[in-house]
Amino acid sequence: MSLEKFLNTAVSSWMNQEGPDSDIVLSSRIRLARNIVDYQFPTVFGNEEAQHIVQQFEQTFARQSHPVVGRFELLKMNELQTIEKRVLVEKHLISPHLAEDCPFGACLLSENEEVSIMINEEDHIRIQCLFPGLQLTEALEMANALDDWIEMHVNYAFDEKKGYLTSCPTNVGTGLRASVMMHLPALTLTQQMNQIIPAISQLGLVVRGTYGEGSEALGNIFQISNQITLGKSEEDIVEDLKSVVQQLIAQERMAREALVKTLNIQLEDRVFRSYGILTNCRVIESKEAAQCLSDVRLGIDLGYIKNISRSILNELMILMQPGFLQQYAGGALRPNERDVLRATLIRERLKMEERKAMEGDENDVR
Amino acid sequence: MICQECKQRPATMHFTKIINGEKTEFHLCEHCAQEHGDVFMFHGNAGFSLQNLLAGLLNFEAPTKGAKQNAFQSIEILQCERCNMTYNQFAKIGRFGCSHCYHTFAKQLQPILKRLHSGNTTHAGKIPRRIGGSIYIRKQIAHLKQKLQELIAREEFEKAAEVRDQIRLLESRVSKHGEEG
Repeated sequence: MSLEKFLNTAVSSWMNQEGPDSDIVLSSRIRLARNIVDYQFPTVFGNEEAQHIVQQFEQTFARQSHPVVGRFELLKMNELQTIEKRVLVEKHLISPHLAEDCPFGACLLSENEEVSIMINEEDHIRIQCLFPGLQLTEALEMANALDDWIEMHVNYAFDEKKGYLTSCPTNVGTGLRASVMMHLPALTLTQQMNQIIPAISQLGLVVRGTYGEGSEALGNIFQISNQITLGKSEEDIVEDLKSVVQQLIAQERMAREALVKTLNIQLEDRVFRSYGILTNCRVIESKEAAQCLSDVRLGIDLGYIKNISRSILNELMILMQPGFLQQYAGGALRPNERDVLRATLIRERLKMEERKAMEGDENDVR
Repeated sequence: MICQECKQRPATMHFTKIINGEKTEFHLCEHCAQEHGDVFMFHGNAGFSLQNLLAGLLNFEAPTKGAKQNAFQSIEILQCERCNMTYNQFAKIGRFGCSHCYHTFAKQLQPILKRLHSGNTTHAGKIPRRIGGSIYIRKQIAHLKQKLQELIAREEFEKAAEVRDQIRLLESRVSKHGEEG
């Protein structure tokens, strides 16, 4: 498969589209957890119940077209290859839990991959909307509309006092998890994240690495989300998160300005060294690649590097994950083979950018 | 960097513990980190999962040993009549078996919800359209009553009277619905 063709099939819309504040906010995500009233939760339900729920979704929703989102495709976990599932996880479309531990799990995926509805994960239904940039309110609106759409055919487990009943009491109430993926290289470089993370957690928010619980912040990308789901309205939860995110954006911008002022040439040097590594490496581990990509992206944002699209960070951070590399290779790879393919993929992807830039220059001359 | 505990294996876990503004750093290998009870936040790829933490919160025996144990002993026999989950099972996995569990374990759940959701125990968000009809009206009433108090406090009695009439109207509608939900 050629790289360009691979990219066309691999890249979801949120990865290469720009949204508000997308110099710092890579993506916004809303997740709603819902359960169906007459079934036991996926923690304990039997295979029959599980299959019944999947069938119901297949018959009612997979064949319908939603007026805004369009058509959905139903993917059943037990019909997918391990690598295919891994790719879906790396694209943040399904959770690792659904891919690995839920034999009767399924996922309704919209064509543009903005919406994925997980079935039989920890809860019967998990509606997920993923938007580029800072668009929490927009994502919430979309999730709410889908929630109403599903509720037309399904009786939700709901209690007047406790709200939407979820398998885990950490999600009860709104069942809402709002999260934002942020690229914060300047705050990390100036070691301010160490102070910011505890401060944020005091506000009922959580800071994590890219791939959720327990993962480290590869490439200076942090995921910030709400912890509290009970006692606050959906709108308030989203507003509270948004206001913290906006403050972080302001602080990151200030830190970038300060960095440029104080160590202009050193910063430029760091950016171009990283660019040099990415364009010339033959073997590269994901940690180093992530750090270099973060530097290059910062270089693009600060104007040191021109002619490379910003989305390169979002895109390559995902494409260089093991699952994607193996899909690109068309089979299983050992870790050291992955590091070689990763280097090749990154080099070629950056060459594509150079070619695009040159073609653009030629057009300008004409 | 070498693990500060065993001084043999390389330190792969780095913790920063902040208690009352006092910062302490730990650099441990995976093995020692797991043994370190108080810094158990992360362990390897299995990850620090909310479920693990939560189970700790729910399982009063393990982390606190002693004092609280007796008070909660009666809970152990509690069992959900719909899915047969016992409180002990719930405490272990941190997840309920069915929506009825919320009813079965309501008493025990209250303090847990308070801890998890910074003191909140009552839903204040969306209500499902189709099944939530009368609940929706009751929520509206609660909202209006709050508004009524505010208006009275500000001595805006004319507006308060309007709100009071709205409440009465809604209340008469709910009583027609009967005692459902």
